[in-house]
Amino acid sequence: MPNYKMSLLCCGGTGCRASESVRIVERLREEIAAAGMDNDVQVVVTGCFGFCEQGPIVKVIPDNTFYTNVKPEDAEEIVKEHVVKGRKVTRLLYEDPDTQKHISDSKHMGFYQKQLRIALRNCGFINPENIDEYIARDGYEALAKVLQGTPQEAIETVKKSGLRGRGGGGFPTGLKWEIASKSPGKEKYVVCNADEGDPGAFMDRSILESDPNSVIEAMAICGYCIGASKGLVYIRAEYPLAVKRLQIAMKQARDYGLLGDDILGSGFKFDIEIRYGAGAFVCGEETALIHSMEGKRGEPTVKPPFPAVSGYLGKPTNVNNVETFANIPVIFLKGPEWFASIGTEKSKGTKVFALAGKINNVGLIEVPMGTTLREVIYDIGGGIKGGKEFKAVQTGGPSGGCLTKKHLDTPIDYDNLTAAGSMMGSGGMIVMDEDDCMVSVAKFYLQFTVDESCGKCAPCRIGNKRLEEILDKITKGKGTMEDLDYLKNLSKVIKDTALCGLGQTSPNPVLSTIDNFYDEYVAHIVDKRCPAHKCRALRVYAIDPDRCKGCTACARACPAGAIKGEVKQAHVIDTEKCIRCGACLEKCKFNAVTVQ
Amino acid sequence: MSKIKSLDELRQMKARLESQMDIREKSNNPEKLVQIRVAMATCGIAAGARVVMNAIIERVEREKLPVIVTQGGCMGYCYAEPTIEVKRPGEDPVVFGHVNTDKAMEIIDKYVLHGELVDGILPVNYQTIEKN
Ligand SMILES: Cc1cc2nc3c(=O)[nH]c(=O)nc-3n(C[C@H](O)[C@H](O)[C@H](O)COP(=O)(O)O)c2cc1C
Ligand code: SF4
Ligand code: SF4
Ligand code: SF4
Ligand code: FES
Ligand code: FES
Repeated sequence: MPNYKMSLLCCGGTGCRASESVRIVERLREEIAAAGMDNDVQVVVTGCFGFCEQGPIVKVIPDNTFYTNVKPEDAEEIVKEHVVKGRKVTRLLYEDPDTQKHISDSKHMGFYQKQLRIALRNCGFINPENIDEYIARDGYEALAKVLQGTPQEAIETVKKSGLRGRGGGGFPTGLKWEIASKSPGKEKYVVCNADEGDPGAFMDRSILESDPNSVIEAMAICGYCIGASKGLVYIRAEYPLAVKRLQIAMKQARDYGLLGDDILGSGFKFDIEIRYGAGAFVCGEETALIHSMEGKRGEPTVKPPFPAVSGYLGKPTNVNNVETFANIPVIFLKGPEWFASIGTEKSKGTKVFALAGKINNVGLIEVPMGTTLREVIYDIGGGIKGGKEFKAVQTGGPSGGCLTKKHLDTPIDYDNLTAAGSMMGSGGMIVMDEDDCMVSVAKFYLQFTVDESCGKCAPCRIGNKRLEEILDKITKGKGTMEDLDYLKNLSKVIKDTALCGLGQTSPNPVLSTIDNFYDEYVAHIVDKRCPAHKCRALRVYAIDPDRCKGCTACARACPAGAIKGEVKQAHVIDTEKCIRCGACLEKCKFNAVTVQ
Repeated sequence: MSKIKSLDELRQMKARLESQMDIREKSNNPEKLVQIRVAMATCGIAAGARVVMNAIIERVEREKLPVIVTQGGCMGYCYAEPTIEVKRPGEDPVVFGHVNTDKAMEIIDKYVLHGELVDGILPVNYQTIEKN
């Protein structure tokens, strides 16, 4: 095997593949061959670097040069300039949003400096389709060690680490394993929940695409601990790349005897099967997920019994999230004390978040628990897009709530987020700026819940629909102050009476926006005004007579014939006729059209 | 493909595979390693920089030295090529000129491994690894 002197790591994640990263890899290999350097320079296709919005990413090793927005036609320059002559291609370097300076390498990028990557340790670093690279980074050593001890010892290690479930609930993982291990029964199951249906979330998909072996290894460890010989990964059929990489990894693991009968010569037997979900949000809930795998309707049932007692086919079943599993091997390699030293008192380790919305560095990040929102948004996220004002951040997706300026310095962990009226959830983080209307945000999430409710219980099926209708009324300027009380009361009833987690948390976006942005609701209701100018029905268009040059462009564009005026004279909008389409605002070259 | 039958076999396999990941591992923590940057501009290459670089890399690999070797562009020292810049952790970088393979080995023996300076140091008048 040649000893490479340089590596080009090319992102082969879903995001970058969508912008031709496969072609970039081919072009780089051609150029390297043309330069006669195939024995010196290796091109490695990795998983996601977390910086998808500026992808495709190519990272040059060993100098950590981080190229963004690379196109196939850039391959020649990268090879001829950087690889051959050592000159970085400046125009492809990441540009700091504050200083507009090009940053030479990933070690100097704010995006990476505050991150601590445990679950994402191999993402953007190894080739996920080559198990050897995983093994070279201590892969399967945790499993081998666990197999030398007793299941109880391994469960103790997980308990000591303080790891809590990353799928939303935050239940202590070691305790969950212990319950499943003590449940009587010969046949047990390990389930990996890879359903991930929150809007904007792609943490789990990315882990499976970038480092499938870490999940396989952890599932086998879990199997040994609870006494299961069969694992099931429940994943959406709409994530084909994650499915493919998982299949490749499973095959390679079997070939090496890391899955199957007599794993690592220990006599322990464990194998994994993939089950496909159709993409319903509620199927991420563990009881619904189990029913879906059994071929029944994907509807939740009342707990208890918990899956650990009676799950798949009525047998004891341990369900964990992808990210939860991805942490497991590291806990055994570096020790539970090391893991427990990271994070806050009750939330140990790190959390992966998908940063999205009005933020400069959109992407996938992993930070120690206890990092503040300010650090995440400003240091890692690079601040708000276009220098606008930060308004709120929604965590926990449709089950969570929004956090505002006053929470910016709150350390992020399970308990603090809950106390602040939101929740950790699976890790979606959507940042909003001054242009976002909080009533509309609440309405957006309620629409999602209404669409995704399975309809089994009335509070969720009917109650959420009512919430959505009232929110809609308010955004149209037809709400009353009584509606606000009604929203709050109905929300509480839904939370208390819904059958599963979907309904029990669905009113959170409503409650937290009312709590944190009460004035904005009042403005919609009393003043018939949307402070963010988002709600179309509440917009009032007007023309500033001092600025208007009488060019007639707006009048010609207005589909409603609502603008009157003589050439070279100030124009006027008839608010009665105006249908608030915004065409005049776009047409006016003199900034004379205003919107309230 | 043969099966791995024990923790020992897994570790042996890892030891075999590790070297292909070595430069990636090292690039994860460059600040803790000695960084050697070889000037690989046109004149550097003409003066034999590639041969020197390969010799350094081979030695680093063979002896598993805590060193990361990168290539740099023009440093403005055409008269003294090949040049290499060495940065020990926490120290200012030092540039050596007229480095042939023998000289490179001497630099590794003395300066890289023990911090002992050797002849051939050039005054620093360009942007260093750090400032970049
Ligand atoms: C409506 C709903 C959707 C859920 N979706 C997911 C999901 O997509 N992925 C996930 O891991 N957990 C999801 N959960 C949580 C699971 O029910 C379960 O708690 C989790 O998979 C347990 O794993 P953990 O302890 O490792 O977090 C969802 C829960 C609810 C109520
Ligand atoms: S709360 Fe909603 S999603 Fe859950 S069981 Fe009831 S109707 Fe279905
Ligand atoms: S918003 Fe549309 S309808 Fe109203 S005045 Fe402007 S162009 Fe006419
Ligand atoms: S486009 Fe602007 S400047 Fe022209 S008439 Fe309309 S408001 Fe006045
Ligand atoms: S898919 Fe390439 S950086 Fe995420
Ligand atoms: S080209 Fe030789 S030092 Fe600049």
